[in-house]
Amino acid sequence: MKYEILPWLILFLPLAAAGCITLFTLRYRTVSALLSIGAIVTGFVLSVIFINANGWQPSTGESIANWLTIGGLQVDFGLKLDALSLMMLLVVTGVGGAIHIYSFGYMHDDRGFSRYFACLSLFTFSMLGIVLANNFIQLFISWELVGVSSYLLIGHWFERPSAGDAAKKAFITNRLGDFGFLLGILMVWGILGSLNFSVLQGLLLQNSSALGTMATIAGLLVFCGAVGKSAQFPLHVWLPDAMEGPTPVSALIHAATMVAAGVYMLCRIFFVLNPEALHVIAYIGGFTALLAALIAVQQDDIKRIIAYSTLSQLGYMVMAVGLSGQTAAMFHLTTHAFFKALLFLSAGSVIMALHHEQNIWKMGDLRKKMPITFWTFLLGALALSGVWPLSGFFSKDSILAQALEQHNYLLFADGVFVAGLTTFYIFRLFFVVFFGKEKSEIASHAHESPAVMTWPLIVLAVFSVIGGVIGIQGIYHRLFVGEAEQAIGFGQMLFEPFAQAPLTASLGILAVIIGFFAAFTLYAKADQDPLPAKLGGLATAMKNRFYFDELYEATVIRLHDFIAAVMDWIDRWLVEGLGIGLVRGGTDLTGRALRLVQTGNLQTYAFLFVLGVAVVMWLVLK
Amino acid sequence: MHVGLEHYLTVSFLLFALGLLGVIMRRNLLVIYMSLELMLNAANLALVSFSRFNDKLDGQVLVFFIITVAAAEVAVGLALIVALYRKRQSAHVEDLTTMKL
Repeated sequence: MKYEILPWLILFLPLAAAGCITLFTLRYRTVSALLSIGAIVTGFVLSVIFINANGWQPSTGESIANWLTIGGLQVDFGLKLDALSLMMLLVVTGVGGAIHIYSFGYMHDDRGFSRYFACLSLFTFSMLGIVLANNFIQLFISWELVGVSSYLLIGHWFERPSAGDAAKKAFITNRLGDFGFLLGILMVWGILGSLNFSVLQGLLLQNSSALGTMATIAGLLVFCGAVGKSAQFPLHVWLPDAMEGPTPVSALIHAATMVAAGVYMLCRIFFVLNPEALHVIAYIGGFTALLAALIAVQQDDIKRIIAYSTLSQLGYMVMAVGLSGQTAAMFHLTTHAFFKALLFLSAGSVIMALHHEQNIWKMGDLRKKMPITFWTFLLGALALSGVWPLSGFFSKDSILAQALEQHNYLLFADGVFVAGLTTFYIFRLFFVVFFGKEKSEIASHAHESPAVMTWPLIVLAVFSVIGGVIGIQGIYHRLFVGEAEQAIGFGQMLFEPFAQAPLTASLGILAVIIGFFAAFTLYAKADQDPLPAKLGGLATAMKNRFYFDELYEATVIRLHDFIAAVMDWIDRWLVEGLGIGLVRGGTDLTGRALRLVQTGNLQTYAFLFVLGVAVVMWLVLK
Repeated sequence: MHVGLEHYLTVSFLLFALGLLGVIMRRNLLVIYMSLELMLNAANLALVSFSRFNDKLDGQVLVFFIITVAAAEVAVGLALIVALYRKRQSAHVEDLTTMKL
């Protein structure tokens, strides 16, 4: 393997940048930003060089340094290098790089500018750690680091109580999932005795029932981690709140990379999951996709709509993993990273033009005032809906085809329906924001964002358009299925889905068309939302996110508060009152009594001394 | 009447007890100091008599050491008392209660 040092450099450059910014350049805004952007762009360039030199399947596949050995537990610090991690490397550094540059414009007037870039670099390091990890422990550590940096970035504007609360909510909800994840890791280690992915895969290939009766439980526990990080039902509540963070953060962490880490992890450890576990995973994914899409239909906050859309798309990916379609899942993850980052950044551009107004019913008619944002958003929306020949069409189609191939007609129908809903809600947003009348004073004064923000949009838009036909699917296919796909020409690749599974492709397109026309008729000229009048109670439920937050408030949080109150009582009265109180009071009393002895009179001391000597002598001579 | 070891020791004990009483009861530092010397000399007497009745010179050697140490102690002790008196205009133990909290 050539240039073995490169992956290590790519991994540690962002950490060095984060350290450097925190220690030295907090005061020099531009230097901090350049350090952070430089680290990730260099990472992207080095990734391209490395892949050029070694291809998608480097000969060694792993680069290992022994880290620690405790009894039978041996933990390596190693890098896994295969098509999966290398492609993710490109996505994280590429999309991340675009977002870093965009942040330079978006955060320009922020007081915590340097702090923001330090956190961004820390996040990049952690995310690359997840992508490159070759064992469970390293993966888990990076996993937690990603959680921390996400916490820091959501709470970037910590002066706002809502931001602080959202950060806490995200972190704690993730911890719930991670608890299961850790148990799963321990279980796998306890039964199989190794944490290294390649070793584990080898063991399970030799003997597929090596996990014994615990296989399903171990698989589902590991899946818990993905439920938390990828915000699947029932831990999906944190992601929409995480939109309190700056918009580039939402784009980078809560759309393109971090939330995708759960799906990536499932593909990485796919060999651990047995059919029963996969079954559960598929249905949770499908349900999340449907639930989030329904909620997205009735949200008014531009970022929240896109956040629920992210949830829904993540549901697709998890469903694809559950249907044993890792290729489809990773393909959709990659294209989704492009177009969802694009949508978020375009939304950020709109938000900034409107001086941080996020309610779509106060926007309108922005198409002529912000032409670049308008066009890039349109491309992103088309790609998200899955319009042929944009990237989203190919990846979504491969997931639907996978469902059909597994003869899971329920999930297939679910997928098609959600595809229609996706088109509907994203074009509802699109029409309300960019068409119609100006619905507020600020909307009429909007103007296009600076070039440092529009260029990343254009780059991402290009990839959102061509992402489906540049061979990403083939690379994943070779890794997961093992056989080389026959090389097909560009033109053939465009029409491949129609040739392979005409029913799926046409149904998908039909759903998109229906969704689009529904959105067009309802929202193209609407001043306010016509849907509540038509749907009544259902619309209210959608708007209130199906009352999940309220449900958790009434059950989980109430229970938690009760336990906390009991613990508080025990701590206050038993531990502190009885335990500490007795010891403290006793010491105090003894001290007071003994103080009386200290008269300060020399002769009393002399007398006591003699008395002491007499007692000792009596004891000795007795 | 034959004078035996016990007689010497009795005298020594009486001297020691007198010295001790002086240290505990008297108020004047100088007197306390003299009482201390008395106690040392009671010990000396005991040591000499042990030496005499055991036909060994060890006890007498020890006495020389004690006398030397006592001389040095007197020099230091008296100097301290004089310094204290100059500072406080008093050599009474009741006035020296600064060790009290």
